[in-house]
Amino acid sequence: MSEITLVEAINQALTYEMAHDPGVIVLGEDVGANGGVFRATLGLQEKFGEDRVLDTPLSEVLIGAMSIGMSVMKLRPVAEIQFSGFLYSNLDHIINHASRMRNRTQGRLSCPMVIRSPSGGGIHAPEHHSESPEAMFAHIPGIRVVIPSSPLRAYRLLLAAIRDPDPVIFLEPTRLYRLFKQEVPDNGKAELLDVCLTIREGRDITLVSWGAMMNEVQIAAETLSEEGIEAEIIDVATIKPLDMETILNSVAKTGRCVIVHEAPRSAGFGAEIAANLAEHALLSLFAPVCRVTGYDAVMPLARLEKSYIPSVEKIINAVKKTIAFA
Amino acid sequence: MSIIANFQIPYTQFLDHTGDVVQPLPEFALDCENLTPLYRAMVENRTFDAKAIALQRTGRMGTYASSLGQEAIGVGIGSIMREDDILVPSYREYGAQFWRGVRMKEILLYWSGDERSNNFENQKTDLPICVTIGAHPAHAVGVAYALKLRGKNQVAVCTLGDGATSKGDFYEAINAAGVWNLPLVFVVSNNQFAISIRYEQQTAAKTIAQKAIAAGFAGEQIDGNDVIAVRHSVDQALQKARRGGGPTLIEAITYRMSDHTTADDASRYRSKEELSEQWAYEPISRLRNYLIKKEAWTKDEEDTLIKNSAAIVQEEVDEYLNTPPREPSSMFDHLYENLPAAYAEQQAELMEKGSAHV
Ligand SMILES: Cc1ncc(C[n+]2csc(CCOP(=O)(O)OP(=O)(O)O)c2C)c(N)n1
Repeated sequence: MSEITLVEAINQALTYEMAHDPGVIVLGEDVGANGGVFRATLGLQEKFGEDRVLDTPLSEVLIGAMSIGMSVMKLRPVAEIQFSGFLYSNLDHIINHASRMRNRTQGRLSCPMVIRSPSGGGIHAPEHHSESPEAMFAHIPGIRVVIPSSPLRAYRLLLAAIRDPDPVIFLEPTRLYRLFKQEVPDNGKAELLDVCLTIREGRDITLVSWGAMMNEVQIAAETLSEEGIEAEIIDVATIKPLDMETILNSVAKTGRCVIVHEAPRSAGFGAEIAANLAEHALLSLFAPVCRVTGYDAVMPLARLEKSYIPSVEKIINAVKKTIAFA
Repeated sequence: MSIIANFQIPYTQFLDHTGDVVQPLPEFALDCENLTPLYRAMVENRTFDAKAIALQRTGRMGTYASSLGQEAIGVGIGSIMREDDILVPSYREYGAQFWRGVRMKEILLYWSGDERSNNFENQKTDLPICVTIGAHPAHAVGVAYALKLRGKNQVAVCTLGDGATSKGDFYEAINAAGVWNLPLVFVVSNNQFAISIRYEQQTAAKTIAQKAIAAGFAGEQIDGNDVIAVRHSVDQALQKARRGGGPTLIEAITYRMSDHTTADDASRYRSKEELSEQWAYEPISRLRNYLIKKEAWTKDEEDTLIKNSAAIVQEEVDEYLNTPPREPSSMFDHLYENLPAAYAEQQAELMEKGSAHV
C-alpha cells in the first residue's frame, strides 16, 4: 500500500463515504472541476456527479446555512469553506442554528453536518488565510470541533465527523497538508471522536497539542529524549468536547504539563485545559502549567509568520523550564 | 394584468476590439492627447504585472493576483476620480491605485506579506486591498455616507469582482446605497471567473448591472476592455453622484487572461483555445490601433514607452527587494493606538529575540 499525504487522506475519506452513503453531499467554492484550491475534493465530481459535488456561488453564509437545511432533511452535507478566515461570516448560522437545532426542537430535528476548513499559518498564504479559530468554535455549545494532525487521523476523524449525528467543525492544518505521508488503509474505519489520543508515552512531562503544532511538538519530544527527558504527547484531536480524563491521567503520572497551540494566547483553547488542570490536578502538579502559544497579535502576513508560530526551540525551552521548577 | 415597471440595461462601447469607433466618442476622447496617458498607464500596469509574476515564480514574492487583460478598468477609474474621492478596492484594479498614488513597490510588498505595504506613502485616504471577497462594498456604503454627511461632493468608488456579487454583503450594500441615495459608484469587473467558477454558476441573471435595478438605482454594462467606455461611464456616474443623484452600478465586461492567482492553474478548468481567442479582445492593442490610425502614436513612441515602463517598474522592484524585513516585535506596533500593558510582555519577548525567529 502506498503512503499518502494528509490532504489525500481527506480526499480518500470523502471518496469512501460518498461511495457508501448516498446522502453525503460535498459543497463549497471551487470543489468541483477544480477539486478545491488544495485539491481535497479532487475527482469527486467526476465520480459522484454535479448533484452531489456542488460548486456553490461565492457565499460562505450560503454554504453554511444551506448545509443546515440539507442536514435537517437528513442529507449529510460536508461543506468546504476555502480558508478558515472566511468562516467568520458563518458564525450566526453555526451559533444560532446548526448548534441549536436539536435543542430547539427537543430532538425532533438535528444538523448532522460537517464544515471542513483549512486553518493555521506557515504556508506563506495571503492576508486572512492563516487563521487559527478553534477556540472561538470551542466556545459554542452543541457542536464538535475536530482537528487532525496526521494523514491516518485525518482519514479516520473525518469519517467519524461525517457519521456523527451532530454538527462538526473540522479544521485542517494547511501546514500539514503535504508535509509528510503515511499509510492510510482505505477501510472505512473511523476514529473515536471525543477522546484525546496519546501518541507518545513518557514519564517526565505531558505535552498537549493539536493540529499543525503536533509536528513541532513531536520534534521537540525526540530532541528532549536524546537528553534523557521523556515526554508524553497527547493529540487532543477533538477540541470540543474535551476529553480531560486522558490529560488528567497523564498529568497524574508526569506531574508536569506544557500546552502548545498556534492560536493567540488569550482565551486560547490552552486556557481551558489549564483551568481544568488547576481544578482537578493541582495536587499532582510539580510545576505550574505552561502554555506555548501564538501571540495576542494579529497573525502577521507571510514575512513574519515564522516569528509568530511557536518554534521547536520555544517548546523545548518551556519543557526545560517546567522540569527545572521541580 | 398591467405592467407596473419596465427596465432596460444599457451597454456602452466606443472602440470595438479592433480599435474601430462604433459610436460618436465622448468629448474627452476626441483629443488623442487625452488618450495617450491612459494608454501609457495601461502599458505600465501590464509591465508591472509581468514583473510581479516573474518575482513570484522566482521565489521573491508570495501569491500574486494578476490584472492581465483587465487594465482598462483600473486605469479608466483612476484617471477620472477626483483626488479627494475615496477608492474602496478589491485586488485587481492596480491601475486605479497607481493613478491615485499607490506605489508599485507597495503592491509588491503587500503580496510578499508585509503589512507596511498598506501604509501608502502618497495616498492617505483610500482603503487597502480587500481580500475577503465582497466584504468591502458595505464598507464603501459607510464611506459614502460619511462623504454625503460632510457635503463636499466627494464620491466613493468601490471595485469588486463578479464572484463578490454573490455575497449577501453585496446585496446589503447596494440596498442601503439605494435607500440613502449615496454618492457611491460600484464598478464590478466581470472577468467571467471567480477562481474556477464561471459567470453562469454564479448567477442566473443576464447581467450583474440589473441587480442595481432591484436596489432602486441605475445599473449599466460597459465594455470593460474599452478604456474610453470605462472612463466615460465612471465620469457620468461620478457627476451624477456629485449632483446628489445617488449611486450607480457599472458592470464592466472583461476577461481574466491570467490564472486566478499565481497559486492557481486555470488550465484545469478552461481550455487553451478559449484563452487564446480572448487575446483578440484585450484592452491595450485596440487603443494602440486607434491611436495609430489617428496618427497620434508612432513606433518610436511605443519603443520609448516600453523602455520607460520597464525602467519605472524596475526601480520599484529594486526598492521592494531592498526593503529590510520588519522586526518581529513590530507585530504589536499597530495592534492598538497605544499597546495595552497586558501585551507589553509579549512584545518585549519578541524584541529580545530580535529577528532570531525563536
Ligand atoms: C469571503 C471570501 N471567500 C473566499 C475567498 C477565496 N477567493 C479568493 S478570490 C475568489 C474569487 C473571487 O472572484 P471575483 O469576485 O469574481 O473576483 P476575481 O478574482 O475574479 O477578480 C475566492 C473564492 C476569499 N478571498 N474571500
